[in-house]
Amino acid sequence: MKKLNYPFDEKQIRALKVGDMVMISGKLFTGRDAVHKYLHEGGKSPVNFKNQIIYHCGPVVLEKGGKYEVMAAGPTTSIREEPYQWEVMRDHGIVGVIGKGGMGPKTLEGCRKYGCVYFHAIGGAAQVLAEKIKSVDDVYLKEKFGSPEAIWELTVEDFPVVVTMDSHGGSLHSVVEGESTKALASELKKKKSTAKKK
Amino acid sequence: MKLDKDQKKNLYDSMLELIRVTSTQIPEDVQKEVLKALKREKKNTTAKYAMEIIDKNIELAKSKSQPLCQDTGTVLVYVDHPVGFNQGEFTKIFEKAVVDATKKGYLRQNSVDTLTGKNDSMNLGPGHPSIHFHEHKKKSLEVKMMLKGGGCENVGAQYSLPNVALEAGRDLDGVRKVILDAVVKAQGKGCGPGVLGVTIGGDRGSGYIASKEQLLRTLDDKNDIPALKKLEKDIVETSNRLGIGPMGFGGKTTLLGCKISALNRLPASYFVSISYMCWAFRRQGVTLTGKQKISKWLY
Ligand code: SF4
Repeated sequence: MKKLNYPFDEKQIRALKVGDMVMISGKLFTGRDAVHKYLHEGGKSPVNFKNQIIYHCGPVVLEKGGKYEVMAAGPTTSIREEPYQWEVMRDHGIVGVIGKGGMGPKTLEGCRKYGCVYFHAIGGAAQVLAEKIKSVDDVYLKEKFGSPEAIWELTVEDFPVVVTMDSHGGSLHSVVEGESTKALASELKKKKSTAKKK
Repeated sequence: MKLDKDQKKNLYDSMLELIRVTSTQIPEDVQKEVLKALKREKKNTTAKYAMEIIDKNIELAKSKSQPLCQDTGTVLVYVDHPVGFNQGEFTKIFEKAVVDATKKGYLRQNSVDTLTGKNDSMNLGPGHPSIHFHEHKKKSLEVKMMLKGGGCENVGAQYSLPNVALEAGRDLDGVRKVILDAVVKAQGKGCGPGVLGVTIGGDRGSGYIASKEQLLRTLDDKNDIPALKKLEKDIVETSNRLGIGPMGFGGKTTLLGCKISALNRLPASYFVSISYMCWAFRRQGVTLTGKQKISKWLY
């Protein structure tokens, strides 16, 4: 188990490898479809993303007596941001992306070039992940995009993730996909040969 | 058969409670398989790590009475009712329970107008909730429901056999090939380890509907048809040898279960329809008394 503590920098990120189990403590910014599209179209960012981590998440947030409380905060499918993510690395200097399901070659290349990693959170673990959020510090673009699509600035403690794409061209997703495809081919052959024996 | 005022109130309360329990608790048969998977995975692996977090999440959601996963999914409802039952009246009451469950946070605002992109925020609209009525000979009313999230619904698949690329012919061996192909294509994207509901035959529509109904069977339920029973077991065992693992991290558990049924087909068609359910398998059901109170939980 590795720890990644705020403030983040490129050196820490470059040290991470595919398969690392990491606990993140510090700041995260949520951002999903609307935010990525907005930045892609040249929209001005309300926060300085330099050396920050973006979390693909549309949290369920309740307002209680003027304070925000996160009720559920699991990851959403990341691949939808595949067209935009590398640009956000290049233009805004993010060093980490958290989501689920993995991302494609453009993002992987961006990670290598600009020094960024993709962290996989556990899909569906909305309650465990919400518990790791210690405070909601600010919110941006909420009027424009609505609550789930807004940028929420969160402080987390020991937020559990797995590195599935690193800054050295490694992707657990392409490894597992390649190996499982091969494994299936040999399973199908096995069946064929036993069928023949009969 | 019209309901009186008390019965209506009770039915509403029962449905709201059914939604709450479905959204926040995983049925026993699924939890058993999750625990088996947790034990099966090797220490100090990402697969074990994923299963530990999943296991903890199940406990937390239950104790806090909050949604297991924030994607509370499509609300799928299966109603078995006696002859003369008023479906319109039930639908109205159920929809009211959906609206209030959304207000209480048991359901997320999760239903979008496809053309305008607007979210009416109360989970009502054409096709949602998705209620399926079946008449049965019993006097009682049985209501089962599932919440099926978008991530896993997106990795469902339908194949038309023969499939030349996969060398899958119109027999159970061909069926096996396309099901395993779907498992590999899904990788971890449907929040695996998952459960497959499969239907062979039917038309494109009836096949998909029946494949979801297979998910109403408990995971330890054995198929009455020997050939399908064998195939179900084989699909789970083979999938778990492919190394996809929880969340697609690699590991020993890719599927928690597989349930298969067959429908008649046209001579010209041979479909295999596959629905993938994520580990956050939210399914519950109740039997109601004449007063419309819950008399029994079905899972
Ligand atoms: S696939 Fe299931 S566990 Fe994953 S986000 Fe969707 S509903 Fe939640």
